[in-house]
Amino acid sequence: MILRYTFMRLLMLIPVSFSISVVIFMIVYLLPGDPIDNLLRVGSSAEDRAELVARYGLDRNLIVQYFVWIGNMFRGEFGEAIVLRRPVADLVAQNLPYSLTLGGLAFLFSSTVGMALGTISAVVRHPVLDRFMRGFILLGSTVPGFWLALLLILFFSVNLGWFPVSGAGGWTSLVLPVLTIGFGGVALVARVTRVALLDAQREDFVTLLHAKGLSSGTILLRHLMPHALLPVVTILALRIGWILGGAVTVEFVFGRPGLGSLLIRALGQRDYPVVQACLLMLALAVMLGTLIGDVAQASMDPRIREKKT
Amino acid sequence: MLSVRDLGVAFGAVEPLSGVSFSVDKGETIGIVGESGSGKSLTAMSVMGLLPLIGGRITGGTIVFDGQDLTKLPERAYRKLRGGKIGLITQNPMTSLDPLKKIGPQVDDVARLHLGMNANEARARTEEILGTLRIPEPALICDRYPHQMSGGMKQRIVIAMALAADPDVLIADEPTTALDVTVQAQIIRLLDDLVKQRDLALVLITHDMSVVAQTCDKVVVMYAGRAVEYGPVEAIFDRPRHPYTQALIACIPRGLDDTARLTGIEGTVPTVINYPKGCPFHPRCPRAEAICATDPPTFSVEGDSAAACHFAEVAHAQPA
Ligand SMILES: Nc1ncnc2c1ncn2[C@@H]1O[C@H](COP(=O)(O)OP(=O)(O)OP(=O)(O)O)[C@@H](O)[C@H]1O
Ligand code: SF4
Ligand SMILES: [Mg+2]
Repeated sequence: MILRYTFMRLLMLIPVSFSISVVIFMIVYLLPGDPIDNLLRVGSSAEDRAELVARYGLDRNLIVQYFVWIGNMFRGEFGEAIVLRRPVADLVAQNLPYSLTLGGLAFLFSSTVGMALGTISAVVRHPVLDRFMRGFILLGSTVPGFWLALLLILFFSVNLGWFPVSGAGGWTSLVLPVLTIGFGGVALVARVTRVALLDAQREDFVTLLHAKGLSSGTILLRHLMPHALLPVVTILALRIGWILGGAVTVEFVFGRPGLGSLLIRALGQRDYPVVQACLLMLALAVMLGTLIGDVAQASMDPRIREKKT
Repeated sequence: MLSVRDLGVAFGAVEPLSGVSFSVDKGETIGIVGESGSGKSLTAMSVMGLLPLIGGRITGGTIVFDGQDLTKLPERAYRKLRGGKIGLITQNPMTSLDPLKKIGPQVDDVARLHLGMNANEARARTEEILGTLRIPEPALICDRYPHQMSGGMKQRIVIAMALAADPDVLIADEPTTALDVTVQAQIIRLLDDLVKQRDLALVLITHDMSVVAQTCDKVVVMYAGRAVEYGPVEAIFDRPRHPYTQALIACIPRGLDDTARLTGIEGTVPTVINYPKGCPFHPRCPRAEAICATDPPTFSVEGDSAAACHFAEVAHAQPA
């Protein structure tokens, strides 16, 4: 059942991927600016320019360019960075691990701490704790990442000197970026967990679980948590892509290598192939995230598994 | 077996239930009837000790089961009774099972918890109970999820859960309200058989007087969180002395008799915040007089039955 569901879900990704690839391909052409300008030395002739344009295939029909591009993508050939003059695949391979580490840790941090906080606040209904949680959630969902990053750097790195201001040397350099990206996630996951648990508690079947003589602890762990997890998984799945996206600015603020830094630099230089590859990676992460989320949900909920997709 | 005396329930400052009394013995069925909002479910939740779950508390009275007062029972001991000695069947089978879990494990829980059985023994027990409830292919059903079954089938599963530990008392809170008419009759008959076969004490909560007439030995009529009349079923149906009971009986559709249609009772049940002073029924009562709006009536006892109406002595002389 779950296999069939996964297969159907994968089939659905085909049209989605196609549209995304077209959008990514087009975005670059809609942006003002031209990478060739960055390459040309001052005083180059029009012939030099035409030659460069021809070399990168920029003179051909857009549709042809798209198919050439997508064909290369399928073969894992991301081409050559126009400005950085290195294979794009190398650049991505070099930067991706940094982003994955940061994103993975931030994801783990926000999901575990968020679910724990949400569960505690749903179970221990204490007015002071409640007010604290509310404040925290509000803060977490409104404070922008880059601003929080600057605050954290100012306090922990500049004033206290506990963590490095920037760079990617050793685990200490990960603490602040992970906190920055994870903070909003913790608040979000905590809120969703809390609401989902409170909703689950109000369900009719909970009365009957108590009437069977089960203890509140057993009911929470075996019956309420799985229900609460359904919306949490949806949110977390969306977060996978979101965290990588959120990492874009945070990597930049902390001066860390990674897809985000690469993307921002490439954007500045109008380095099309690099921008496209980075965007493609991010889009892939978002799609994979939702796919994993949906499959995880289906594995937990028989009603979803049986729905005809 | 189970004896409730003068039960009162409050949520914060409001007290939607007060002065409810009834008792039921093995092999006996007591009906609790009343319109929506009269406090039937609250009574059930009180006996199950589940009021804290909905934020309520018992303000007075006793619930004596097997010689001990349940209102003073610690939660730990109460858990042994719930599902063990006292089973509950709720109103809506569509939502009373955990949709994420298969049927088998949900029923197995009871035998594992109360009969100390391991997983295999509990499953055997589950299949046996499903069999006695005339559920075809129990082993297959155990492997199903709730959403794959009909309402009537789910209600049988709920009944199986309530029965799995061989309880002494079964509380059925409107067990058929959410079901098709044909299925309703089956479930009521099933419960009736169980009482006889297993010597159960059944508390049957319903708003349907005809069900009471068919299956119950005794009845408590509730209105606005109070018992207004109680007694043996024959006595109450022969000579209802409370105008509310009379109205309920008059509402029973009587097949060919064209004149006594489903008339319904004029007006609506008052909400907790505006329970009227005096007799709670007076705004809707056809017999109300001045005293009814000021003084709450006391029970007028006659044999095994009693009615809380100022005119209980004369009321039955002019049946509705
Ligand atoms: N959780 C609650 N908080 C406050 N008041 C409540 C709560 N639950 C029930 N009540 C009040 O208690 C009264 C009796 O409710 P109860 O559910 O026992 O009625 P009922 O007789 O079972 O009705 P129905 O036929 O609709 O099931 C209602 O008027 C309601 O306002
Ligand atoms: S006491 Fe009065 S209002 Fe109440 S039921 Fe009797 S006659 Fe009606
Ligand atoms: Mg009810």
